[in-house]
Amino acid sequence: MNRISVNVDGTTYEDEVEPRLLLVQYLRDRLGLTGTTIGCDTANCGACTVDLDGLSVKSCSVLAVQADGGEVTTIEGLAQGTELHPLQRSFHEQHALQCGYCTPGMIMAARDLLRHNPDPRPEEIRHALRGNLCRCTGYQNIVQAVLAAAAELEAGRGAATSSEAALA
Amino acid sequence: MLAEGGEEAKVLAGGQSLLPMLRLRLARAELVVDVNRVPQLRGVWEEADSLVIGAMTTHHDVIHDELVRRHAPLLAAATETVGDPAVRHRGTLGGSLAHADPAGDLPPVVLVLNGELVAEGPRGRRTIPAAEFFVDCLTTALKPDELLVECRVPKLGEGWGFHYEKFRLSAQAPALVGVAVAVRRENGGIAEARVGLTNMGATPLRAATVEVALAGADATAEAVGRAAEAAAEGTSAMYDLSTSPEYRAHLARVLTRRAVLAAAGSE
Repeated sequence: MNRISVNVDGTTYEDEVEPRLLLVQYLRDRLGLTGTTIGCDTANCGACTVDLDGLSVKSCSVLAVQADGGEVTTIEGLAQGTELHPLQRSFHEQHALQCGYCTPGMIMAARDLLRHNPDPRPEEIRHALRGNLCRCTGYQNIVQAVLAAAAELEAGRGAATSSEAALA
Repeated sequence: MLAEGGEEAKVLAGGQSLLPMLRLRLARAELVVDVNRVPQLRGVWEEADSLVIGAMTTHHDVIHDELVRRHAPLLAAATETVGDPAVRHRGTLGGSLAHADPAGDLPPVVLVLNGELVAEGPRGRRTIPAAEFFVDCLTTALKPDELLVECRVPKLGEGWGFHYEKFRLSAQAPALVGVAVAVRRENGGIAEARVGLTNMGATPLRAATVEVALAGADATAEAVGRAAEAAAEGTSAMYDLSTSPEYRAHLARVLTRRAVLAAAGSE
């Protein structure tokens, strides 16, 4: 067994884990954070996408021991209290989910995209989500939802800038 | 540690191939040695006429590295086609090369750039030319107690053009066939061409007949198309459930023509 210390969605956990335990199993089975789903568990489908130290990763292809000392953000860490993250809200409003199984991974992958490309074109969104499968094949609305969230985040930044300007 | 583990030990680099293979029981390991926390294995730097890329440099970092983009743009371009963003955040250049998957995009690139692989082990450090590194399907010249530490590629300067052309059956499928091309142009024609093939044999291959035919050829669709007809010569695409060897040979010819024209800037 190995001792790990890992921060997940703002809470630090200390645990003893088997070296072979996958990060996704740790999140779901140990911490009970079942918002992160397991699809293929072989790095294909992207359902288990989370953030590890500021970059999206497929948590089925990272060992829990590799997250030792790290910072993990899951889909469950995005909302501020009852206030949904703009991507969560736009997936809801744009009907970007059918069965919803791929949604946590889709949102985490889309969030990764918007962090370094706040104003993506539809084809850039499709490229960024290449590693995330939706077996309901609802890709059109997923792309729409990411575009809508990008616009909302952009407007939010604009508003913040202008209110700062007004204050100054 | 690798020496103690012998044949039963595996190096864990980015884990984007090894961990799924262990999950699928396609690979077994008594000992897994994680080299992710060895900072000396990461990064890109220059040494005289060479670019040195630490084996544990991630695909993501390779793509965004200014030195790679300037001196080895073919490597950056091919790396952009590997996996998906999350896989590229973890996966590494050295891991891909040491894995030596016939469908891997990066082995033919290093082959075409006349790269060298640096290995370290209990007997010291040695440099292996790319042409000798890839021995067979999933097999390299690395000894069980050796670790791949660096990939070195000569800088290719003015006059060179590059392209990586890849064909896959779906968004997530690996390359069915890929073609990595470096072309030196002179007086409007092609002075020198290097053509590497992905997934046309157990190891990455150079399309030698095409390279000879392109030396001194015009950079026109007709001349390049004629040379590309020999792209599948001497290849031995491995058996595949979904495609015939004839289809892959056809793809090799078509993709070689496209890649050479794109590299020569006459698309």
